[in-house]
Amino acid sequence: MSASHDDHHHGPAKGLSRWLYTTNHKDIGTLYLWFSFAMFLLGGTFAMVIRAELFQPGLQLVEPNFFNQMTTMHGLIMVFGAVMPAFVGLANWLVPMMIGAPDMALPRMNNWSFWILPFAFAMLTATLFMDAGAPNFGWTFYAPLSTTYAPSTVTFFIFAVHIMGASSIMGSINIIATILNMRAPGMTLMKMPLFVWTWLITAYLLIAVMPVLAGVVTMMLFDIHFGTSFFNAAGGGDPVLFQHVFWFFGHPEVYIMILPAFGVVSAIIPTFARKRLFGYDSMVYATASIAFLSFIVWAHHMFTVGMPLAGELFFMYATMLIAVPTGVKVFNWVATMFRGSMTFETPMLFAIAFVVLFTMGGFTGLMLAITPADFQYHDTYFVVAHFHYVLVPGSIFSIMAATYYWLPKWTGHMYDERLGKLHFWLSFIGVNVLFFPQHFLGLAGMPRRIPDYALQFADFNWISSIGGFLFGASQLILLVVVIKCIKGGKKATAQVWEGAQGLEWTLDSPAPYHTFTTPPDPKLIHAQ
Amino acid sequence: MLPKAKLWLVLTGIATSLLSANLQAAWDLNMTQGVTQISRDTYDLHMQILWWCVAIGVVVFGVMLWSIINHRKSKGAVAATFHESTKVEIAWTIIPFVILILMAVPATRVLTEAYDATESEIDIQVTGYQWRWEYTYIRENTDEEEVSFYSILSTPREQINNQMEKDETYLLDVDNPMVIPINTKVRFLLTSNDVIHAWWVPDFAVKRDAVPGFINETWAIVEEPGIYRGQCAELCGIEHGFMPVVVHAVEREEYDAWYAAKQDEARVAREMANNVVTLSESLEAGEQIYTTTCIACHQPNGTGLPPAFPALAGSSVVTGDLEANINLLINGVPGTAMAAYGRQLSPVQLAAVVTYIRNSFGNTTGDLVQPAAVNTLIHAAQ
Repeated sequence: MSASHDDHHHGPAKGLSRWLYTTNHKDIGTLYLWFSFAMFLLGGTFAMVIRAELFQPGLQLVEPNFFNQMTTMHGLIMVFGAVMPAFVGLANWLVPMMIGAPDMALPRMNNWSFWILPFAFAMLTATLFMDAGAPNFGWTFYAPLSTTYAPSTVTFFIFAVHIMGASSIMGSINIIATILNMRAPGMTLMKMPLFVWTWLITAYLLIAVMPVLAGVVTMMLFDIHFGTSFFNAAGGGDPVLFQHVFWFFGHPEVYIMILPAFGVVSAIIPTFARKRLFGYDSMVYATASIAFLSFIVWAHHMFTVGMPLAGELFFMYATMLIAVPTGVKVFNWVATMFRGSMTFETPMLFAIAFVVLFTMGGFTGLMLAITPADFQYHDTYFVVAHFHYVLVPGSIFSIMAATYYWLPKWTGHMYDERLGKLHFWLSFIGVNVLFFPQHFLGLAGMPRRIPDYALQFADFNWISSIGGFLFGASQLILLVVVIKCIKGGKKATAQVWEGAQGLEWTLDSPAPYHTFTTPPDPKLIHAQ
Repeated sequence: MLPKAKLWLVLTGIATSLLSANLQAAWDLNMTQGVTQISRDTYDLHMQILWWCVAIGVVVFGVMLWSIINHRKSKGAVAATFHESTKVEIAWTIIPFVILILMAVPATRVLTEAYDATESEIDIQVTGYQWRWEYTYIRENTDEEEVSFYSILSTPREQINNQMEKDETYLLDVDNPMVIPINTKVRFLLTSNDVIHAWWVPDFAVKRDAVPGFINETWAIVEEPGIYRGQCAELCGIEHGFMPVVVHAVEREEYDAWYAAKQDEARVAREMANNVVTLSESLEAGEQIYTTTCIACHQPNGTGLPPAFPALAGSSVVTGDLEANINLLINGVPGTAMAAYGRQLSPVQLAAVVTYIRNSFGNTTGDLVQPAAVNTLIHAAQ
């Protein structure tokens, strides 16, 4: 790279300017991860408001309008503020270290793609304090509820989404450029760790669909302010068009939030089973297949919208097909554990919980694919249970697993294993008490996004709320663990975990500010 | 230790509630089997897929659990070195594919059946509004009196606000339920006047979106008389949780009698538009309409939720020109949540509610609006 940057050898600058001006992938990864954690707590607070209101039938704490603002903001903040930036943070930290590169390919753009995010979320969150109130039309913002009938703050929401999209697109370009151009000699594509593979595919998904999201919110903007009628039936527009465009973004988005999780779990399970990942090639192909299928299943979110029979059948079959490559992944993880030599440190616990609970979310996903049955499940708590199972003990557990797994590499200290395990078990119990009863609520007929419910739903709702409070409170343990680990603790070795494989474990712990300024020895690069 | 105590609390909580759930109706845990052929088929499909998932889960998680128990380092397990097998990969690609085909066959059959809305005997147009349903029975010929009415939540606000004990049908009861005959193919034609709603009756396995500008169709042949309750399933704004669906399925003769009575009612209402009302009558009727129709946005004491929902107390519209005020209710305010009530409410109702808001919340115009005056303005608007 550029030889003119002498200051590269002096380590990070001091104070705030280090973080503002940084072009270092590790610093930017850290920024992303802390930002994501802050958003996780904010979105979690909104969830606590929702669960507190639903603790009992009747309206106790909030007005229905504020309740709708909470469900909307919870969804938006968790999807765009917590899960996605967390994975980008992990990619920043890990991709260069895993492929033996000195940094990301486009370090200045990297800085920019992070630093526009806080502005996007400040703008979005500020709507809560405006007279018209925050967006209240659900995170899927169906028109015309989000256009003709929306609060005036919808414009802030639209610009916030634009900025988030720009950030994601820049991040993806950077990741693709890094992976395709900056691999160390000997690091062929089929030797890359699966985390790198899953992120490469995810980045392509992002580049494909974020412009679609930008398009749909721009059409909203025009409908609201410039008199067009894209989604206004009275003006000759089509409210269903909104859903098609939104879900053409929305379904790949779902996989954007889970593919990197597959990569994380594929790194952790072999380490703690002390056995190579089973079926590496098939894992790569399965990931690519899932990514392809994600583009042709969008309308399964819209089975009740009144599509013709042929459309319903096509989207049902295509959706069911996703079970095949997803199944291959789960079978491969189980086969990796089979006849291994397992230990159960916190990252492994989270990874195993991921496999089990994500698969349960996959099962309900298969049930939801069955169109006639979906007529009963659609827009009920069964759907809420389904996507929370794949997102919370799915994506978020994988992020936590990753945090525990690579924390010693990042900080140079071992985390407090006792606290980590406590965090895991409370989260595991909390998440199941929280979401499992929601399957029953949905099957019994409770619609989603309602602030109050009929009396037969009372029992499972209070149980779910108790689980929610337990899960929410347990996340503060993670904060304690991470801060303790940054401040001190047992010195971590370079290897950290007995069974860990990969270039990042050849580096010191903590990883030096600049790594692989010269390419690693090709002999260190093994098949995964 | 605190966490342990917490854990026990949660576990005991789960156990107690599982016990109490068992004491309640069976459908608390599972999907209803319902009262139509399609709903039973749907239930069977749901159970079939569920058992497939359980079976696959038992095998996969079984192997995993067995490995977790036996292949641990602390037990001296030594890791094997195998890491790929094309044969195995092909097997666990093909077997799930075959299972999927076994699932898809019955699913396709049920879906095709559910989509056949032809040869219906009765057609009912269902129109969604923020936040009520309108049921219009399609007439054979236009000389007949039309049966068309709104169906609005009848649970008192006091129950929602916890000032009164909640009754058994809390949030699931309406003033005017839809009435249909049993053993008759009834087709529902769904559309919406504002945002997207979804009309859902779990016992019929019928859920379809009501989309503005579109007409969707679905149908049911109900086999047992009864009262069937559902809710709006698509987020449609503030009162989304408060627009239930109630359908009474009755014997054919009872239905015919009900239909005739509804036609008479419509005739009387049409004639009543020429009656002269008194102030006290109007205020009483107006308050009722305000409570079911206006209160969500404009609030019980007329303060509204500005700026989206303006206050009525002291409002320049409500205390200003009477005719402009009536016209605003008839035509709504385009681009805002204020709907056009000219079609949603009858002239009698509109007159009453205008009288009410102009003489309540500290407004003291003293105006008394007659239905005939509203009727004239409605015709002028058309």
